[in-house]
Amino acid sequence: MDVFVFAVAAAVILIGAMGVVFSRNPVHAALMLVMTLFGIAVLFVQQQAHFLAAVQVVVYAGAIVVLFLFVIMLLGVDVAENVTVEPLVGQRTAAWVITAGSVGLLTALAIRAAQVSLGMPSGTRPLDGEGGNLVQLARVLFSDYLFAFEATSVLLVIAVVGAVVLANRSPGSTADAGEQEHSPTGAGR
Amino acid sequence: MGDPLQGGDPIFIGGIDFGVVALVVLKVLIGFTFVMVGVIFMIWFERKLIADMQNRIGPNRAGKWGLLQTLADGIKLIFKEDLMPNKADRLVFRLAPYLTVAPAFLTFTIVPIGGLFGTGENGTIEVFGYRTFVQVADPPIGVLFLLAMSSVAVYGVMLAGWSSGSKYPLLGSVRASAQMVSYEAALGLSVVAVVLLTGSLSTHDIVSAQSGGFADWNIWRTGVVPFLVFCIAATAELNRPPFDLVEAEQELVGGFHTEYSSMRFGMFYLAEFMNTITMSAIIVTLFLGGPDGPSLFGPDIIWPTIWFMGKLFIFLFTFVWLRATLPRFRYDQLMDLGWKRLIPLSLAWLLVIGAIRIADDEGWNVALVIGISLASCVVGALALVGASRAGRIRRRAEEALR
Repeated sequence: MDVFVFAVAAAVILIGAMGVVFSRNPVHAALMLVMTLFGIAVLFVQQQAHFLAAVQVVVYAGAIVVLFLFVIMLLGVDVAENVTVEPLVGQRTAAWVITAGSVGLLTALAIRAAQVSLGMPSGTRPLDGEGGNLVQLARVLFSDYLFAFEATSVLLVIAVVGAVVLANRSPGSTADAGEQEHSPTGAGR
Repeated sequence: MGDPLQGGDPIFIGGIDFGVVALVVLKVLIGFTFVMVGVIFMIWFERKLIADMQNRIGPNRAGKWGLLQTLADGIKLIFKEDLMPNKADRLVFRLAPYLTVAPAFLTFTIVPIGGLFGTGENGTIEVFGYRTFVQVADPPIGVLFLLAMSSVAVYGVMLAGWSSGSKYPLLGSVRASAQMVSYEAALGLSVVAVVLLTGSLSTHDIVSAQSGGFADWNIWRTGVVPFLVFCIAATAELNRPPFDLVEAEQELVGGFHTEYSSMRFGMFYLAEFMNTITMSAIIVTLFLGGPDGPSLFGPDIIWPTIWFMGKLFIFLFTFVWLRATLPRFRYDQLMDLGWKRLIPLSLAWLLVIGAIRIADDEGWNVALVIGISLASCVVGALALVGASRAGRIRRRAEEALR
């Protein structure tokens, strides 16, 4: 059963991932990304990480890819792109090298640890202690890793404020910056 | 999972054999039939009720009191020509209606629609020798599944609009996804209040925590505010009036489904009503004790389902009532309500509930804690009002300068 679920989910993930790379249309690529994310959510459920699975769907599929699609639709870049030009010189060669390296590493890993490649739960035993994995996750997050958690939230707030400030620049201060650079509206915000 | 204390249907305790699989399939079928029949009558009910409120007669030709009108419409839709615009993205255009219908039904699976809670049976019934919950599934992530599905539902609307390859649907879908993503935050935050009090995400646990009778319902225990926020956010999430800017027939023709015809259009219609029923059922589950209520006469086992239906009906009626009475919001008002009112309100209320819980655990003076937290909420609200006023004044000054 485990192997069967893993095989189906892995196939979905791989097809999705290849779809992201090979789709000519950005919207199709984004949809393929959603498919990949769903496959990963299934794998999380199989590993008994129900909370992670839900978060995967809510955050990645529900928010982040929706934002991607938003940008694609609003900016009207939903047309096939010319892929014959190489924007970064040496990018393609680097991609081949890195791909070969990753495949090599993964193969080595699969040979060394048969469990990983068969989709068996990779922990040696289920988490002990009371409550489901949500309770335990919450306890660890708000005790051992509290500082990291709070630091992350501060970082996110800074990012949000930064985004608002950048987006909120009045058009005058950016469009003809030469004239209005020292005007009271353009500076100091 | 096998632990009954953590949720998880007792049907799976004895291992999975053929009977269990058959019973689960049966439950899915019953759930699906329930929703489909519900949709058929909901459409009739909405048309008839709105007709009453507007002094019209409404559907009255097909069947007694027009009861079969929806069926007739459905058959008509199936036989109509299915058009596809020239500039449409064929694959996505076909996919979008299914992406709308599937989440609508899937969310319903986590709703307990019967079973006696608060007794030794703990919401289970015995069918063919198996003990089981009266709900299709009880995933450990419970209400998070609701949020996950409502975020998937965004795709149906968004892709339908984009793939039509036409202006009005695109505008409608951009509006829709912005609206649904914004109100999902308020929806989630008001659910957190319920989860905080229950200590579990499972819908079954949420219902059994409310089984002590009327005073134990979450609507009172969470202090009404999360209930109101949830109802408003749910209406916006459903794209129902007064939040139906997505369709806004006067400005956008038909919104995201303008280019759809035949049964593909029918599926959007179906999903909308399915969502209405599901959302009402979720509200009943989260805040009104689900199938909780006294048994009056006859066999005990039918009463929870009757109570559930009764409560569900109140919300279905309210949704129709809202549609008949309230004018549509303007887009900026919609965003203001979501981001500047509902989200801060539910966040602040969450902090108050959290403070009360801590005060309870630590044995502090509860009245004092409530007073201090409410006072800090008021200070926060004033700061928010001040900030938005300052922003408005500055914007006006900038406009004057240009």
